[in-house]
Amino acid sequence: MSFDIVQMVLVTVLTAATPLILAAIGELVAERAGVLNLGVEGMMVLGAAMGFAVATQTGSTLLGACGGVGAGLLLAALFGLLTVGLAANQVASGLALTILGLGLSGLVGAGYVGMKRDPAPHLHLPVLSDLPVVGPLLFGHDAFVYAAAFLVAGVWWFLWRSRAGLSLRAIGDDHTATHALGLKVRKVRFLAVLFGGACAGLAGAYLSLAYTPFWSPGMTAGRGWIALALVVFASWQPVRVAAGALLFGGATVLQLHAQAAGLGLPGQLLSAVPYLATILALVALSLGRRQGGSSAPAALGRVFAPSR
Amino acid sequence: MDATVAHAPRGGPTPLFGAYGIVKRFGAFTANDGIDLEIRAGEVHALLGENGAGKSTLMKILYGLLEPTEGVVTHRGDIVRLANPDAARALGIGMVFQHFSLCENLTVAENIALVMPPALRGRALTERIAGLGRDYGLHLDPARPVWSLSAGERQRIEIVRCLLQDPKLVILDEPTSVLTPGEAEALFTVLERLRDEGRALLYISHRLDEVRRLCTRATILRGGRVVGTCDPQAETARSLAALMVGTQVREVRPKANRPRSADRLVVDHLTLPAPGLHATPLRDLSLTVAEGEILGIAGIAGNGQAELFDALSGERRAPNPEAVRLDGRPAGTLGINARRRLGAAFVPEERNGHAAAPGMSLSENALLSRHATAPLSRFGLLRLGAARDLARRIIEAFDVRKAGPDPAAGTLSGGNLQKFVVGREILAEPGILVINQPTWGVDAAAAAHIRQAVLDLAGRGCAVLVISQDLDELFEVADSIAVLHAGALSSPVPTSQTSRAAVGLLMGGAGEAEAHAPIAAAPADALAAVS
Repeated sequence: MSFDIVQMVLVTVLTAATPLILAAIGELVAERAGVLNLGVEGMMVLGAAMGFAVATQTGSTLLGACGGVGAGLLLAALFGLLTVGLAANQVASGLALTILGLGLSGLVGAGYVGMKRDPAPHLHLPVLSDLPVVGPLLFGHDAFVYAAAFLVAGVWWFLWRSRAGLSLRAIGDDHTATHALGLKVRKVRFLAVLFGGACAGLAGAYLSLAYTPFWSPGMTAGRGWIALALVVFASWQPVRVAAGALLFGGATVLQLHAQAAGLGLPGQLLSAVPYLATILALVALSLGRRQGGSSAPAALGRVFAPSR
Repeated sequence: MDATVAHAPRGGPTPLFGAYGIVKRFGAFTANDGIDLEIRAGEVHALLGENGAGKSTLMKILYGLLEPTEGVVTHRGDIVRLANPDAARALGIGMVFQHFSLCENLTVAENIALVMPPALRGRALTERIAGLGRDYGLHLDPARPVWSLSAGERQRIEIVRCLLQDPKLVILDEPTSVLTPGEAEALFTVLERLRDEGRALLYISHRLDEVRRLCTRATILRGGRVVGTCDPQAETARSLAALMVGTQVREVRPKANRPRSADRLVVDHLTLPAPGLHATPLRDLSLTVAEGEILGIAGIAGNGQAELFDALSGERRAPNPEAVRLDGRPAGTLGINARRRLGAAFVPEERNGHAAAPGMSLSENALLSRHATAPLSRFGLLRLGAARDLARRIIEAFDVRKAGPDPAAGTLSGGNLQKFVVGREILAEPGILVINQPTWGVDAAAAAHIRQAVLDLAGRGCAVLVISQDLDELFEVADSIAVLHAGALSSPVPTSQTSRAAVGLLMGGAGEAEAHAPIAAAPADALAAVS
């Protein structure tokens, strides 16, 4: 019996962490290339609205997810055009992107408020999913969860094992030097921004298609900002981003259970626990980081305009 | 002067690389105006010119970073288009950048891998790096992150990265500007070896003695045009400088020697911990500079120069007031403005961002360091007219070339901005001047102007402390020289009684054991002068 509760809690932790992992891993790639995109929340919420709308119209969760990704890509392309193409200020553009995304999502989702659909189907593997404990934990999730796990591993491999990833990190470290070497600074940055947008859109679609399968305005509830903070506190390391997201998810689920159990503490305080726990853990992590150098991409947030 | 004029007959064998009629315009500004250049295999070809003569632009065109507005580049007589650095590298052109094109947070191997074919990676790459290191004496630890390396090591990365591509032409942009004399010697050995292997070298520099030592042909640029080609070994440093500048460079007039008088700047057993991870602590440092004296502080970058400057200027305060005395008054715990009111003035190393705010106008920049000592405000309100007057006086006295009446500091060339920030402090007629790297990256004419101004100021009784990596400069202006190594200072030796070699040894730390007996480290000629 208690086994079931533990198992259930662990599964909910994983689902609560998934949108954060998806959004943060995309932002991590963009920031590793030197672009600070503060518009994650906006891309996420538009992804949620578009994902739900497309899924409802077509009846397909897969097409809905594609719609979410497309919405994220669209906003990211706009952001990339401004900050990479026209060398506009990244902070201002990112904040504007969030506001734009929140506004557009209200427009797209206007006709869908109050509608419900079935959550994204969960994977069922004949034998594996029926295994006790391990089965539901590892083999019983929807595709989004696996996509998140795959993305973390893929991004880690890309950044530290592939030549293209090396170029991307180098560009994020010093765009003047890499430009002088003949690397395509703006092309790589634009692609990295697009990747970040696609991931944020997917994270949004997960919220409206699987986590809570309905659309309500502002349903991302600040998760985009949490994802941004995760990237910084995880010192731009994919595995740490995943760990931080799981921690945050865990604290979220625990405080819900604590509230349900009636601990006598104010609910608002308990709601703040996940944020506090995540910040504390990641600060502790970043305090223990290597000496010297900088863990942040050195060119982060700096605009680049080559002379030609 | 027997330099031939441009458009020399194009006889002889086909050059390895040629550039003909190169014109490059940026808007209304013409950086290169019809430049012809021929480079043959196995020659070290010097490209000489002052800052702003168009050297960097031409070099970037040859490396595919810029496309010429007009003109062609040829390779063995065939016209080639260098659309990007990849194209240039494919033709065998390699480049060693002056401001290294290295990513600080990547390792040595990663920085090199960036321009290698993707197949060359991991173990294979580190073996190639080690092999090249053994061949040429260019030793590197592939796993070290670049931020932990010295300038000389960073340059080795650039050279190794370049050589791994087996280049036929290596372009070197001011390669010795950040090196110690010993490191420069090692570089020359490598360069001579490359030349003997039949590679062509294009050597860009304004250090004429190096050019005369290494190069067999020189192309001289002025104002974007070729003003002459010559054999630098048949010329003197003065005649080369005259070609570069267009007029005779005036020799710096030494100041009259004065009898030793009152000490104006005294540092008394100053000890400060390192302010950061890569900073140097100051270790029990004492010095005195008398009225009319110029004390030179030599040393390899990163041995405490910045920390010493900050401690003297008051950007960092000493624990006790007596550690720094200005004209006899304790100033160790005073801030920078309080020290300025005591008659001191300071010129930091970094022009952009430390000495001047690049985005602000020259008159605003004049305000930045003079507001405490000059009547530039009234009732807390700025007197902008007075500030503009002051800026105008500086500009006139120091011949600062600029565009527009009061342009942003960042729009000036390095040499002109340096003249401005030095002039700003000198016109205040300070009793004590501390100046860090006075002519760093500044062309010959501007450097001579600045050194003369410093000498004249000392001649009027100012105590001057010059921190410089340029030994030639110190030997030209300083009365005595002390060496800063690992945050400790050797005792000063009169310039006339020491040699570059002796100071160079101390810079490398040779005097560490006998830090207070530098004469012992000086060679025989210095000893002879003493006895």
